[in-house]
Amino acid sequence: MLVEAANLHAGYGEMNILDGVSLALEAGEIGVVIGPNGAGKSTTLKALFGLLRVSEGSVRFDGADVTNATPESLVRRGMSFVPQERNVFETLTVQENLEMGAFVRRDDYRHLVERIYALFPPLRDKRGQPAGELSGGQRQMVAMGRALMVEPRLLLLDEPTAGLSPLFMSQVFEQILAVNATGVGVLMVEQNARQALGIAHKGFVLASGRNRFTDTGQKLLADPEVARSFLGG
Amino acid sequence: MNELVFFVNKVLVAGTVIGSIYALGAVGVTLVFGILRFAHFAHGDLMTAGAFAALAGAAGLHALGVSTPLPIGFVALPLAMIATALLAMGLDRTFYRPLRERGARPIVLVMASIGVTLMLQGLVRLFAGTAPRSFFTGERKDIFHIALPFDLADRPIIVTEPQVLLVLLTAAAVVALHYFLTRSRLGKAMRATSDNADLARVSGIDTELVARTTWIIAGGLAAAGGTMLSLDVTLKPDLSFSLLLPIFAAAIVGGVGQPYGAIAGGFLVGFAETLSVFNWSVLLRVLAPVLPETVEIPTKLAFVPPEYKIVVPFFILVVVLVWRPTGIFRGRVL
Amino acid sequence: MNRLAVRELALLAGLVVMVGLIQAWLGTAYTLRMLVEASCYAILALGLGIQWGYGGLFNVGVVGFVALGGFASVLLSYPVNEDFLNSGSAAELARVGLYAVLGIAVVFAISRLHRLGVPRGLCTAATIAAAAAVYLVVTTALDPVAGEIEANAGFVGGLGLPAWTGWLAGGALAGLVAWPIGRICLGLRSDYLAIATLGIAEIIKAFLKNADWLTRGTLTVSPLPWPVPTPDEVGFVWARAGYLCLTAAMVVAIYVLLERAYRAPWGRMMRAIRDNEVSAAAMGKDVNRRRLEIFVLGSILIGIGGAALVSFVRIFDPAGFLPLNYTFLVWVMVILGGSGNNLGAIVGALLVYIIWTLSEPAALLLFDALRDLGDAWFGWDAPSDLQSRALQMRVFVIGLTITLVLRFAPRGVLPERAPRHEQVGPR
Repeated sequence: MLVEAANLHAGYGEMNILDGVSLALEAGEIGVVIGPNGAGKSTTLKALFGLLRVSEGSVRFDGADVTNATPESLVRRGMSFVPQERNVFETLTVQENLEMGAFVRRDDYRHLVERIYALFPPLRDKRGQPAGELSGGQRQMVAMGRALMVEPRLLLLDEPTAGLSPLFMSQVFEQILAVNATGVGVLMVEQNARQALGIAHKGFVLASGRNRFTDTGQKLLADPEVARSFLGG
Repeated sequence: MNELVFFVNKVLVAGTVIGSIYALGAVGVTLVFGILRFAHFAHGDLMTAGAFAALAGAAGLHALGVSTPLPIGFVALPLAMIATALLAMGLDRTFYRPLRERGARPIVLVMASIGVTLMLQGLVRLFAGTAPRSFFTGERKDIFHIALPFDLADRPIIVTEPQVLLVLLTAAAVVALHYFLTRSRLGKAMRATSDNADLARVSGIDTELVARTTWIIAGGLAAAGGTMLSLDVTLKPDLSFSLLLPIFAAAIVGGVGQPYGAIAGGFLVGFAETLSVFNWSVLLRVLAPVLPETVEIPTKLAFVPPEYKIVVPFFILVVVLVWRPTGIFRGRVL
Repeated sequence: MNRLAVRELALLAGLVVMVGLIQAWLGTAYTLRMLVEASCYAILALGLGIQWGYGGLFNVGVVGFVALGGFASVLLSYPVNEDFLNSGSAAELARVGLYAVLGIAVVFAISRLHRLGVPRGLCTAATIAAAAAVYLVVTTALDPVAGEIEANAGFVGGLGLPAWTGWLAGGALAGLVAWPIGRICLGLRSDYLAIATLGIAEIIKAFLKNADWLTRGTLTVSPLPWPVPTPDEVGFVWARAGYLCLTAAMVVAIYVLLERAYRAPWGRMMRAIRDNEVSAAAMGKDVNRRRLEIFVLGSILIGIGGAALVSFVRIFDPAGFLPLNYTFLVWVMVILGGSGNNLGAIVGALLVYIIWTLSEPAALLLFDALRDLGDAWFGWDAPSDLQSRALQMRVFVIGLTITLVLRFAPRGVLPERAPRHEQVGPR
């Protein structure tokens, strides 16, 4: 198992949002977390990434227990996270955004920057521009590029298509597939459940802070009950 | 022409000098404000403490029999900068970091910094007394009289050696800071943290390292500003509150989190002060021959009497907060 | 909740014992003086306490509002200066005042010109130019008049009204100054309010110190009238006892009113805003307006308390308004007493003030002892300004107290009590 979360309980202050979420992903797989608003999807990612205190349950990454580890140590271990909002350094240039993604590295990472530009060609021309001046789709590329600079084995994406037009959405899905093809495991929270489950090896349907269904993406898509309750018929 | 020389001395030279001091202080304030998210009220006392460190260093060098062509206080400055940077880091570790880790509201950190101000003030005055002190007890302050090559101007432009050094030092600091912030990994991380602290944490940037670096820079520059001000005039142990307002005004005018803005803001506030205190009738008197007899030029025509100089930065602050709270360089409004 | 009541009672009992000991040691007159001043500080602490505890506002300019209160007392209740009224300066001053009023009217009219179709940019530029011109004209006109007053009459004197009018005017003046500051800063984060209040306090101090024609500046004004019989009439003990009755009654009255407001819908709203600004704003509360109310109200209380304090000392000395003795001392009282707890503010004020007054002789004693020891053991030649240095120790202790309380007892000695079963959010 690349990542394995068991029986997670976490929340903000006194309020518990996760009430026993479990998920597991093999290396190189795409996992998709779906569910209604308030089900705890984003909270799950934040709990995995050490941004929230996990009060009960455990997170294992690559065989090691990383429950409540700091984000910095998780980045060093090869997990990176793209938040949903404010996910680029707006006043820094595109190139500097990528360099910040590699902050934990002390080696020469220039070839990686090149690889990101190859993966997201539009960024190459904009490398000297402040990221705040880019379009929504390009910002998402910068955000993902920044997260890929540590050569993670697991990439956590929080609603990567939120606020994008349908054209850009499919582009983002293609990019996620391309990233996955390089061997990076992806765990994403997504509103476009149908499209996301279509590319998912594993799907996790959450409701009220618990797992409702856990299966492969295709089986969940085919499940009539999932379709009725969570995919809008 | 003599009137113009007077103007140069009173406004341009004085404005550049005090503007440099404010700029050195404001850079630190704006970095702390942008990265650690609170208005650091102890900055004025950090400057005073730095000046005292330089004074102590100068006394030490003097006792060792060191004699240099430069003012000895200036020679001791690197030591003072290091000492003040260490002091700033120590203050952060003892008083600010525990609050930060507890997730205290920013305003609590502001209060803590006021507590630190009082402690520094108390300690400095306890050990060094309340009387003003001069760096120039054992040596002479070099004063340059620059005579102008015009027959009309028989009065020279006057600058002192510390003033020249101050301007050079400020320029060097600005260039060094620019290269640090745009070229080095840590400098970029500082900008990133100031831009978006949450994302910086998520990216794996060591935010405590960034905080330490911020304090080192802020402390070092504060020591430089405090020492140079004391070399220019005298070292007053109670100057912190009168420095604080212009420095905050400079940082906010420049846009919080914008070091270049803070430098521009420092000079803006500095020149605004000298321009408002300047007696404009000196220049108007030149016009007297051309003006009709009925127009009487008042003997004193300054916007602000010198004793109300503190009004100038406050006025600038209010105007900026009303008109454009992000500052001229589009910083943030926290 | 029960434990809290016990703690409050214990603190009060401790206070009473302390006061009793001081009375036995230093005499009744001294104790009364200390208590009067402490009760004035309690008013200041209540004013600052509601700003901080109810509104989450950080006012670093307490000393400025105190000075304004004292100034208003001088202006309204100091005896009329016949020299000034009988000289020509009074009419001259009125003329300058008229200029100022006219000038302000003209500037205001120009600033409204955009309503008549004048482009906005031009209108703004004209307003700024007009304001600068009016300012220059008025200050140039005032200068000779001020000089004349200083030369012939000393200063303008007061209006000779009863002392209590001065106190009310002090509150009004403080509120009047607080209002624009709050208007400008309260939409922004509280750091800006802190900076602005620090600035306004420095400006008020500079003004009162240098406007000799108005305040006599460093020459100081005394004796200020009291609303109760003065020591000259009935002797120290009785006069101070009378004053204490008045200030204590004020403290109780303010406390009762604030507590009622705190439990009323207004207070609930205030706490809602402080604890969760975003959701309060989402519920349609005008957050900044409410904050402005609390800021002005708190400043009014500080102005009144300041008037009472300055009147009691009987000397208006603009140079004596040190931030340490007012702003920061009151801050220590408030945060020690517990933010949002009015009783805490009062207890904190009494406790801290008593310790503060005793710390002066204590510090001097300590340093004298140190000097003697140092002299005897090491032949230490103490600096001649050791006495003034010794008092700096108190500055250090105040700063240390603030930082320690914030770190180890962030909710004060007497934390806020949430009425009924409301949850108080984490702070």
